[in-house]
Amino acid sequence: MAIKLTLNGREVTVDAPGDMPILWALRDILNLTGTKYGCGIGACGACTIHMDGKAVLGCVVRLEEAAGRKITTIEGLDPDGNHPVQKAWAQLGVPQCGYCQPGQIMRAAALLAEKKNPTDAEIDEAMAGNICRCGCYQRIHAAIRLAATGV
Amino acid sequence: MTLESFVSLRALQAPRRSAAPLAIVNVSRRSMLKALGLAGTFTLMTPLGAGAYEPYPTGGEAMPRGLVWDPKVFVSIAPDGTVTIVAHRSEMGTGSRTSLPMVLADEMGADWAKVKIIQAPGDEPTYGNQDTDGSRSMRHHIQSMRVMGAAVRTMLEQAAAKAWGLQPSQVEARIHEVVEKGGARRAGFGELAKAAMDLPVPAIGDLVLKPESAFRYIGKGNVPLYDMKAIVTGRAIYGSDVRRPGQLYAVVARPPVYGGKAKSWDAAAAKAVPGVVEVIEIPGTPAPAAFMPMGGVAVVAKTTWAAMQGREKLNVQWEDGPNASYDSSAYHKEMSAVAAKPGKVVRNQGDVEGAFGKAAKVITAEYYQPHMAHTSMETPQALAIVKDGRCECWAPAQSPYAVRTDLAKFLGLDVADVTVHVTLLGGGFGRKSKGDFALEAAYLSKAMGGAPVQLTWTREDDIRNSYYHTTSVERIEAGIDTNGKVVAWRHRSVAPTILSTFEDSEYQFAIELGMGLVDNPFDIPNIRCENGPIKNHVRIGWFRSVSNIPRAWAVQSFVCELAHELKRDHKEFLLELLGPPRKIDPVAAGIEGELWNYGDPYAVYPIDTGRLRAVVELACEKAGWGRKMAPRTGLGLAVHRSFLTYVASVVEVAVAKDGTVTIPRIDTAVDCGFAANPERIRAQFEGAAVMGQTLCFHSAVTFKNGRAEQSNYHDYEMVRMTNYPRQVNVHIVPHPFSVPAAGVGEPGVPPIAPAIANAIFAATGKRIRDLPIDTKALREA
Repeated sequence: MAIKLTLNGREVTVDAPGDMPILWALRDILNLTGTKYGCGIGACGACTIHMDGKAVLGCVVRLEEAAGRKITTIEGLDPDGNHPVQKAWAQLGVPQCGYCQPGQIMRAAALLAEKKNPTDAEIDEAMAGNICRCGCYQRIHAAIRLAATGV
Repeated sequence: MTLESFVSLRALQAPRRSAAPLAIVNVSRRSMLKALGLAGTFTLMTPLGAGAYEPYPTGGEAMPRGLVWDPKVFVSIAPDGTVTIVAHRSEMGTGSRTSLPMVLADEMGADWAKVKIIQAPGDEPTYGNQDTDGSRSMRHHIQSMRVMGAAVRTMLEQAAAKAWGLQPSQVEARIHEVVEKGGARRAGFGELAKAAMDLPVPAIGDLVLKPESAFRYIGKGNVPLYDMKAIVTGRAIYGSDVRRPGQLYAVVARPPVYGGKAKSWDAAAAKAVPGVVEVIEIPGTPAPAAFMPMGGVAVVAKTTWAAMQGREKLNVQWEDGPNASYDSSAYHKEMSAVAAKPGKVVRNQGDVEGAFGKAAKVITAEYYQPHMAHTSMETPQALAIVKDGRCECWAPAQSPYAVRTDLAKFLGLDVADVTVHVTLLGGGFGRKSKGDFALEAAYLSKAMGGAPVQLTWTREDDIRNSYYHTTSVERIEAGIDTNGKVVAWRHRSVAPTILSTFEDSEYQFAIELGMGLVDNPFDIPNIRCENGPIKNHVRIGWFRSVSNIPRAWAVQSFVCELAHELKRDHKEFLLELLGPPRKIDPVAAGIEGELWNYGDPYAVYPIDTGRLRAVVELACEKAGWGRKMAPRTGLGLAVHRSFLTYVASVVEVAVAKDGTVTIPRIDTAVDCGFAANPERIRAQFEGAAVMGQTLCFHSAVTFKNGRAEQSNYHDYEMVRMTNYPRQVNVHIVPHPFSVPAAGVGEPGVPPIAPAIANAIFAATGKRIRDLPIDTKALREA
């Protein structure tokens, strides 16, 4: 079926089954590969994207649920890498392998859009769904703090 | 680790006596010179020029296809001054793709802003060994990178001098340009590039390296990851991010039991799923199959989702084969029973039986670790195109040349007709040393008439069909004399061996025995290490730091237990066991055992108890060892040498009444020799603390009826943002370049679990000997 949505600011039409998780439509049909597969059951956060500004999991949200919505992927956050979260990530050298980082960054950006200056506990709570097997959590936490407050 | 390097490392298994290290020096220097086209009796006799660099020998030359020292292979300079440097090692998160070119760039005088990095395909005859494994990238390649940088700098100076009619001594390279000393003439690297790169490469003996005081990047930690911007904008390319016209997507149903095969399946039902194109059987290779695919039934589709949906409908009936009764808890008991009996002696020193007979007290403890899966965030994924007698493959491969040669063998092609492009790896941890997933993709592309096929392992596949970290029982006995001194030590290790992935074997081999067993550094007069036989029932492979995990878990927990038993401070007792500072070369010392030093010469990398002591002291000092702790909080200590690096960690824990353990702080002291990129080294040890915590509390793949009982992150859990160690402080012991660089990627993992268990003991008085820790046992009574 043809599903229309707004993807990174542009209207797109995807011809795919409505029950397909949007992760696979993004990756395998629209060739936006920045959103990653990690578990397929909503347990790791590697596929985190924004739907109407809120962080959602691409492997859980079905394409039909995204119809008519505004979807932002890592490619659309800031292609030049100038979003405060991206800049903080670079400044603190957060990534190791980097694979989970698009999901981490999208999750962190949604958090800061909602709460300008979250507490440590709020950061941990918001990021709890995003696994980093390389173990970059300490720097992720510090980078969110940096993006929020400049220190 | 490739099969080939595995075989060549096995050749090192036999203990070498006599003047082996000296022989290595000669071979190494000779092959370096040969690489520069200057080998021969005459050249070897030529003395080094004044101030010239003389490389120290490493095991890098003994790796398959060794090291390449030719800058014309690794460096090119464009007329606009862009310096392109080849990264020949795979990037899986350690930063080596940035750090190795950074070493070369600094030495040659390049401005990092004008450096471009290109990734080498799998091509060891051209680039030398590419097997990114064993914490070897910086350790084996830092010298060749510096030497190549110095060679290019010298060639640029020679070209400028020639152009200006001067002697080379009258010019000098500055940052990205060469200037006339005391004169006005200057030329950028781009202007000089053509003339410089046409010159012959100078011999190592004619090269003078920069003084360390002139380093701009090396040792500074000021160069960000080369791929940083690509990563934070989602443009970095990993194994499943390559797109080719008309590509198809595939998943495979694989046997749930090791050695099993598909009996029947419903291809029609799978093909009825919209988007499914084909169902294809992939033949398996009978075990031990090394890195050949395990076989199964593939579903090829227009999208990965359709392929997954199709696989659900396959209804495969399996023939389980000889491992159908594998039960990991019964196996634990079997390993314990083997460990209770004498095993094959793999190290013997002094009179162990006599010393135990005379001991005033004997203390025994047994430690257990279950199987683990690597679960890198990126599962195994690859894309292949096989047509017209050629294969082109994109894979997150730790050892791309091994994948290439395996592909050639598997497809019946010439190696020359196979290309393996290396993408970024979304984590590797040893799993991606094996190219089975690339071979599966290639098989399917060939079966689909040459269509590009992107193959994805689901997380369930990754956990159920891993090359698992071994499971192990480590049983240690200590004999104590009337003065409270440890006079006898017997350590029995029982664990299915990695060797079983390559051949039938029930005994561990030197590489595994050398990871914390026979290389025990303790100053105890009578030491015996034994290895009892046990048959594997799953595929066993490398996992970040390998056998060091169960060995450090056992030895470092046991030392803490002994200290408690003897009413000694743990740190003081550990230092006593380490003994006075000494550099142990077990070969020279005549220690009888199956020795292995991570493939490197003891002459360069001895077991240095002084450095072990120093990291213990440093970690304890930074952590405030001995400070008064609140109830149900505690400090725990562990030290371990692995991959030629010395690491001590002090972990602080707080144990809640419900048994929940939190980690406010870890102080890790690291002595990895010369620290080329301290910023990335810190990152590796921060991450290793998290991986150590994960394996300590969560990691177990258990088996019933031959089948893995876990399948995804909901039942194979990871440490998350809510419970990571709040503050990991990494303290790097500073050294000059002359102290050989050692491993960084792996050695942070082993000390964490025992340090946590020792801290829990300090906090609660409860001793944990089985991993993962069951926190229910820590509830306040």
